[in-house]
Amino acid sequence: MAMTARQRARVSLYVQAGIFVVAIAALILATDWKTIGNSVFNFGKIGPMFPGIFTTGLVNTLIYTFLGFIVGLSGGLLLALMKLSSFPLYRWIATGYIEFFRGVPALLVFIAFGYGVPLAFGVSWNITLVVMVSLGIVASAYIAETLRAGLQAVPKGQLEAARSLGMPQWRAMVTIVIPQAFKIVLPPLTNEVILLTKDSSLIYVLGLTASQYELTKFGRDGISSLGAGLTPLLVAGAFYLIITIPLSLLARKFESRSARTKR
Amino acid sequence: MNDVVNNPRGGTATVHAAGVSIKDLRKSYGTNEVLKGISLDVAPGAVVCLIGPSGSGKSTLLRCVNLLEQPNQGSIHVGGFEATHPDVDIDKMRRKVGMVFQQFNLFPHLDAKRNCSIAQTKVLKRSQAEADKVSMHNLERVGLGHLSDRFPDQLSGGQQQRVAIARALSMDPELMLFDEPTSALDPETVGDVLSVMRNLAKEGMTMLVVTHEMGFAREVADRVVFMDGGVVVEEGVAEQVISAPTQPRTKEFLRRVLDPTHIEIQE
Repeated sequence: MAMTARQRARVSLYVQAGIFVVAIAALILATDWKTIGNSVFNFGKIGPMFPGIFTTGLVNTLIYTFLGFIVGLSGGLLLALMKLSSFPLYRWIATGYIEFFRGVPALLVFIAFGYGVPLAFGVSWNITLVVMVSLGIVASAYIAETLRAGLQAVPKGQLEAARSLGMPQWRAMVTIVIPQAFKIVLPPLTNEVILLTKDSSLIYVLGLTASQYELTKFGRDGISSLGAGLTPLLVAGAFYLIITIPLSLLARKFESRSARTKR
Repeated sequence: MNDVVNNPRGGTATVHAAGVSIKDLRKSYGTNEVLKGISLDVAPGAVVCLIGPSGSGKSTLLRCVNLLEQPNQGSIHVGGFEATHPDVDIDKMRRKVGMVFQQFNLFPHLDAKRNCSIAQTKVLKRSQAEADKVSMHNLERVGLGHLSDRFPDQLSGGQQQRVAIARALSMDPELMLFDEPTSALDPETVGDVLSVMRNLAKEGMTMLVVTHEMGFAREVADRVVFMDGGVVVEEGVAEQVISAPTQPRTKEFLRRVLDPTHIEIQE
């Protein structure tokens, strides 16, 4: 008997759900739970990770991310303004910078600033400075593109109105255009912070002292010292989610708020 | 600048009014010449309406006066400023020239009062208290004193446009430019905006107005300038240009604008 369109859609939905359930079941059956339980879900031995993972790991991850974001935001704003400049040299510099640092792995930037710069200039930077600069440089390339889009999304009439009131170009940008652009880019900017939080883990390639450990390094250290297999990394991963999920919710809130107000 | 105003409408002059003098102004976008040698004088305190079909160059002309568009040739004098001089202090000149846009262009992140005060504090370096006082005075002048804490998206189009006028007036301009100020408005809010402009004219403000409101032009303007294809086709006393145009193109345009339901569709 022929089905109506609505019936067909419902049957199709059941089929999709069925495939999903079968796939999950197959995965569960195929898993070697005994082995994985010992090496990944071995929560009996992770006691010594606490409270250090809070007081050192989480705190350092937050500090590194924050510092990287501050540098990335200032650098990103500068690059975005350069990219929109009427002066070609500025546009070329900004474009080259953005393409380069978006194109190379962040890990290489960490190595360059952690090992390369000290060798090249005979200076030794402390770890916080290396993270701040490396993370900031990578972040500014991404943030620059986000901010540029935001600045261009502010209607041209806003700048014209500000200039018509006698504001010089810089004043009109600072007082009128940039605040509106930030409001527009708040959701994507929050996503940048999430990416940065995770990228701060790349610091593990550099030599750290125990007090400088952030979450990932803290987890890796646990692997070698606790005999609980990879479980410490799983714990570290959970701590990232403690940071990133609230940020995601925040981004979604910004999005719905800017969707409600007209401009 | 600051001439003693012989207010043509006989009212008491309450503003310092500047005149405008435009000579042989030319403006092209690429190969498309939109202003083909415009000359126009506006006496201090006078109200001049620019009318004409869309694409005639009247908005471009208006925007050249405060250099939102850079003319290619010719000269513009506004009060004591030569706008077209290479060394002109553009920002200083613009403080004397209020601009009202078709799309209002209020700052959406600021409330009505702050829209009026922001340039006063940042450009004229007035104290916040003084700027607020001036803002409130001008918002009351346009009949919106009671809505000073509203944000633009909480105001109707007509109210937004009146805030935009108050914002321009808060800089104590000597000349006001209006670029189709009522074209984006719902019909029932047009009247409020026009009456604010009418009062401004009575106070002796120099006004250059691009508009399609022929009733307003006839009643308020001292002179009407009809533009088409980048040139001034006809200009004169408002009543005469609108009621008894001499040029065929002016006649045709006015017939279409004043009586749009009786156009004969031609082959």
